[in-house]
Amino acid sequence: MSSVTRTISALLGACALAACGGHTGANEGAAAPTPASAQGEAAAIAKARADSIRYPYTAADVHFMQGMIGHHSQAIAMASWAPSHGASASVQRLAERIINAQQDEIATMQQWLTDRRQTVPEAKAGPMKMMMNGKEQEMLMPGMLTAEQMHELDLARGPGFDRLFLADMIQHHKGAVSMVQDLFGTYGAAQDELTFKFASDVNVDQTTEIARMERMLTAFSLEHRAQ
Amino acid sequence: MASVFRARRQVVRATVVRRSALPIAVGLLLTGACAHSTPSAMAGDGASPKVSMSATAPNPDPRVGLKAGLMDAQEAVWNLHVLSRTQPSPKFMGITNSDLAFTGPYAIQGSYAGYQVWDISNPSHPALKTAYYCPASQSDVSVYKNLLFVSGEGLTGRIDCGGEGVKDTVSKERLRGLRIFDISDISNPKNVGNVQTCRGSHTHTALVDPKDPDNVYIYISGSSRVRSPNELPGCSSADPNEDPNSALFRIEVIKVPLAHPEQAAIVSSPRIFNDLTKPARHGESEVDKAESAKEVAEAKAKGGFTATIFGEEQVLPSRFVKPMLDSAVKARGGTGEPTAADSAAVRAAIPGMIAKMIGPPPANPNAGPTQCHDITVYPEIGLAGGACEGYGLLLDISDPAHPKRLDAASDSNFSYWHSATFNNDGTKVLFSDEWGGGGQTKCRATDKHEWGADALFTIDNDKLKFQSYYKMPAPQTKFENCVAHNGSLVPIPGRDVMIQSWYQGGLSVFDWTDVAHPKEIAFFDRGPVDSTRMASGGSWSVYWYNGVMVSSEISRGLDVVELTPSAFISQNEIDAAKSVKWDYLNVQGQRKIVWPPSFALSGAYLDQLERSHGLAADKIAAARAALKSAEKASGSARSTALTQLASQIDADASGSSDGAKVQKLSESVKALAAGE
Repeated sequence: MSSVTRTISALLGACALAACGGHTGANEGAAAPTPASAQGEAAAIAKARADSIRYPYTAADVHFMQGMIGHHSQAIAMASWAPSHGASASVQRLAERIINAQQDEIATMQQWLTDRRQTVPEAKAGPMKMMMNGKEQEMLMPGMLTAEQMHELDLARGPGFDRLFLADMIQHHKGAVSMVQDLFGTYGAAQDELTFKFASDVNVDQTTEIARMERMLTAFSLEHRAQ
Repeated sequence: MASVFRARRQVVRATVVRRSALPIAVGLLLTGACAHSTPSAMAGDGASPKVSMSATAPNPDPRVGLKAGLMDAQEAVWNLHVLSRTQPSPKFMGITNSDLAFTGPYAIQGSYAGYQVWDISNPSHPALKTAYYCPASQSDVSVYKNLLFVSGEGLTGRIDCGGEGVKDTVSKERLRGLRIFDISDISNPKNVGNVQTCRGSHTHTALVDPKDPDNVYIYISGSSRVRSPNELPGCSSADPNEDPNSALFRIEVIKVPLAHPEQAAIVSSPRIFNDLTKPARHGESEVDKAESAKEVAEAKAKGGFTATIFGEEQVLPSRFVKPMLDSAVKARGGTGEPTAADSAAVRAAIPGMIAKMIGPPPANPNAGPTQCHDITVYPEIGLAGGACEGYGLLLDISDPAHPKRLDAASDSNFSYWHSATFNNDGTKVLFSDEWGGGGQTKCRATDKHEWGADALFTIDNDKLKFQSYYKMPAPQTKFENCVAHNGSLVPIPGRDVMIQSWYQGGLSVFDWTDVAHPKEIAFFDRGPVDSTRMASGGSWSVYWYNGVMVSSEISRGLDVVELTPSAFISQNEIDAAKSVKWDYLNVQGQRKIVWPPSFALSGAYLDQLERSHGLAADKIAAARAALKSAEKASGSARSTALTQLASQIDADASGSSDGAKVQKLSESVKALAAGE
């Protein structure tokens, strides 16, 4: 896993050197609209400004969004097993919230990519197809579970599922957080307001959830060791 | 430009019935709405706002199905009147508007492009005073005396206020932290200092210490990435166990000398999160607990198997238990169905089995929040509410530079604790959960009531006790970002009333006097910004300031609304609320509301006693008549009449079911008599 992480980071770093498009910030004040058609012009100015104000986005931004769609999809697949695999009420609530949150975020990422005319990956949980040295290769984004890990989780039931789910999801979330850190550490990345906000939200939400899951695991372990 | 929009938007207006807001007047209010003619220039655009005034919540909810539009969305208003809708100045058009602060007649509105200063002396016609271009996210603003503080968090903020961003990952041009402006001449703000911080400043809180008139303290909140030490020396994102100077797991306190704001600097970095180990538990109500206990009892009665997991006794699924029973049968060399002895053996083995399955405790059991999103300080009661990642904290701030944690609440229905609001007495606190960061649509019909909502607590002996959730109740579309966001108290005397922003879910006014049963009593909402896709918009924050409620609309500008009398709020209550005047306001620096004596204030308490049947109808009628006649009198005649009335009220108090309210009424009448 760690070698894959390093490879992906290197890849993202390389891509980032080539800006993918967008315009530099347009900071000049627009002319005030005339009253007669103020409504339409105001809306047009607002829209044009919203488009033009975007700082140029880079390949790193695009790859972050594309990679995170598959990453989120796997979290949803894991969480969707909670009801059928005998998860406790607490883990079921957590899983339900993960599904709700990450489905919505996938929609946000797909919209961002569509708006920039970039390839929009479908929301599927498997490895991501990426070009490496001119060859297409399948790669897992950081923190994603291997096929073996997914199989192991799928076989677990009851408290065993709870335990494994929490441990796996902590690994999974930590990968997402590292993707944000890699993005922010890349030249020219996350200058786009939406990218910065979205990546920051992923960062804090998942960091908070990691802490929550670690506390759940601790409580779980201490409780049962005491008996 | 703005006047044109005002004209076209106020095409329908509700008739306001003065001085008659109790239930008797409801019929009048229901029939009192009348449509003004639509200006011909705007006819036929289908954008007429919906106005409804009613004693009960309108049904169906008029917020459902509103027509979309950036500047011409359809509107639904209930028990509020929209005084003005003002578009951003040209340079700020299309850029995210953020938080608000107030000083004198001005509302200062943060924007990702800088900030705009609006003169709201006439709230029906806000006038742009200053548009200061200096891009930063989120440009959270606070004001104190001649100083304005602005937060910068994003990677693109520049020291020189330029708009070109900062591409280098390490750069001396970047500003993440706090900008300080001297606004002695508000038309020409001067950037007199900056304080750079390791994680930037997502939000901040100005703390005015009653014991320290020479300084103002700023608490910096924000959980963004820690900067490189090459960009800001000393910044470290290591585990605090490895590096005691880590920027994680702490907040920053900046001390600003009022005479020398350029000397502002970080004076402490309190680690208020240490040793938080409580797992996130849903704040269960008694009903929930009873329900859950019933399920377990029923399962046990049927011979089911249970185990205590995460502190809750839960029913184990048969697919988990059956293999254990089968192996118990096999272990004794038997076949067929398990016996009672097999069941007993399995029951005894379950705790050990579960302990084996879940393995050793994780390596990092003390993981707490690494930062706060926002902290609301209430210096007059010496408390602060910290909304810090997975926790709501109650802090003792009697020593401003060294806040101490008194209690912490967590809740598995909460994602990201966002901000706190105390009630005026400091006996309750409301925390909001900005689930999804504000860019997501968490108010659809399919989103649960307790998710992306407010959690309401009572404060008892410095401990937080969960009471209920509140969420703006109207389902929104999948194109409207909506979740709990910023709000403030509405100074209705004797009650806990709040107005709150829900992004594109609009403004919601609710009463949380009965903290277990918060209830919506007014709203204002627009249709989505875009009918075809999620486009960011809605109210970032809405705060009461000197009689009106000012809302910062992310994409549409500045809205000002006022309360209209209804079955829930009387004209007296509104007038008493409007009698509260401040010279400045930062909502995250909560100020104690004190109501000056007025006939409206006494009338407001009488209205509340009538509403709650806290006093017999004839006694209320007599008190009203006495109050009215005293208002007509003057000098010693008035004073004598009021003193007599106060004595009568005191005499009536013994027969009241709401002695505390009668006491407030009596005090307000005595204060009037004394001419205070």
